Amino acid sequence: MIVVQNLRVTFNPGTPLERRAIIGIDLTLKEGEFVTVIGSNGAGKSTLLASIAGDVVPQDGSIRIGGRDVTREQPAKRAAGVARVFQDPLAGSCANLSIEENLALAAMRGQRRGLRTALRPDRRAVLRQRVAELGLNLENRMGDRMGLLSGGQRQALALVMATLAKAQVLLLDEHTAALDPGMAEFVAELTQKLVMSHQLTTLMVTHSMRQALDLGTRTIMLHEGRIVLDIAGDKRKDMKVDDLVEMFRRVRGGAELDDDELRIG
Amino acid sequence: MSAIAFWGAVELGLLYGFVAVGVFLAFRVLDFPDLTVDGSFPLGAAVAAVAITSGWDPWLACLLAAMGGAICGLVTAFLNVRFGILNLLASILTMIALFSINLRIMGRPNMAVLNRETVVTPFYDLGLPDHIVRPLVLAVLVLVAVLLLARFLASDFGLAMRAAGANARMARANGVDVGRQIYVGMALSNALTGIGGALFAQIAGFADVTSGVGTIVVGLAAVIVGETLFRSRMLLVALLACVIGSVIYRVAVQLALSADLLFLRASDLNLVTAVLVALALILPKLRSRGEVAR
Repeated sequence: MIVVQNLRVTFNPGTPLERRAIIGIDLTLKEGEFVTVIGSNGAGKSTLLASIAGDVVPQDGSIRIGGRDVTREQPAKRAAGVARVFQDPLAGSCANLSIEENLALAAMRGQRRGLRTALRPDRRAVLRQRVAELGLNLENRMGDRMGLLSGGQRQALALVMATLAKAQVLLLDEHTAALDPGMAEFVAELTQKLVMSHQLTTLMVTHSMRQALDLGTRTIMLHEGRIVLDIAGDKRKDMKVDDLVEMFRRVRGGAELDDDELRIG
Repeated sequence: MSAIAFWGAVELGLLYGFVAVGVFLAFRVLDFPDLTVDGSFPLGAAVAAVAITSGWDPWLACLLAAMGGAICGLVTAFLNVRFGILNLLASILTMIALFSINLRIMGRPNMAVLNRETVVTPFYDLGLPDHIVRPLVLAVLVLVAVLLLARFLASDFGLAMRAAGANARMARANGVDVGRQIYVGMALSNALTGIGGALFAQIAGFADVTSGVGTIVVGLAAVIVGETLFRSRMLLVALLACVIGSVIYRVAVQLALSADLLFLRASDLNLVTAVLVALALILPKLRSRGEVAR
């Protein structure tokens, strides 16, 4: 369970560049809940994820992961409970390591790394099996450098990497945004599949209203550092993309939507 | 070039193979431009010289030199990780400090290690000429170091070190303590360099505080020559390539000097090395720029 209480994040406090990114967020994710997060640019979506991952230290408030207060813990230390996929497909893996090595590294997330060979036979078999399940025909290229793969292939593998070791929460930061439409669709479906089969508590930021409603079990909308909408269950089921867009417009004081910051489809 | 001069160059190349492998670990694996080696190499020599002349076992002297080198690496890593001092600058600070420390260790600028028991002397009884025995012993020692290092880098811990150097953000997200990896990697890198220095003192028969000048450039030259000749993703091959690169570099230098080419003198060595390394660094850039233009 993830509990975020009274979270406040200000960048460059006390300087002319001061920016209040989050001005009070309370959010509780139940075990196995899959929450999609939408909101315009600067709403605080990525900052919320970065706070949970530990990249950003909040001014105020607390974050508890599985009952443990991690508010001021380093990212590497809390990684045992936090799995992540970044927006940039290049950020989530090492281009100069092989597919297999990247996966082996992720398989040890949150565990003590010793001097045993990373690519031991039993582990290689498991990793190969997991890659084969993708159906991308990458299981025969396990020794290839990660840098040889396309962005979509790397992002699909990043998802597999995030689910190799146990995690209390999976953080997805617009992980399909940088992909072509076909691959974005594939990765979105893969996300749903993996989250279901591993019963992961998930927080996914997306720019696509359609994706926000299609995937997951609950949707929240952020605006100017606050949660302005939080829907789940039947209310969410009845919600159409148009309703969501209308709500979005209202929150922003009637301003027209900018195509760049939001995809309706 | 005489046979003795040739085997002398091979010997020196194998000896600096320890430095080359250490430089590879810092520059290529950790992506940490480390000049500490200019201080940890003479430190290894100084420690070994003092230990051996005080009657210590030469193997123990090597171990002591390795520990001394490791401490140098830890100091550089400490300045960088703990206080955020730029990696290059942190290593320069350690290097400068080591000049004074090396003088303190020896109590004078240089020291002879002649007619003493060294790691090579027991093998002189094998019946082979001395100038062959030395490179043979060194080849075995450097091979052992390379095999151990390759095995280390293939472990879970070593894999984390490679990730920390290649993509720190990704490494952190996977629970790798990047700072700790820098400590361990820098300690290992400079321990290898320290062993190189200790062997240098035993084989050359002296230790000198100025013998560290340009160690980094020689090490880098070896790494680059090795990479150019053996392009491989296999770690073991890449590490062996550093050692072979070091030998080729020494033989090439010896060849150039002994052939009276281009009016070169022995004292031009550092200039030639610097030009070679600069060229090796510039050429790939020029080539890739050409590709972009096309």
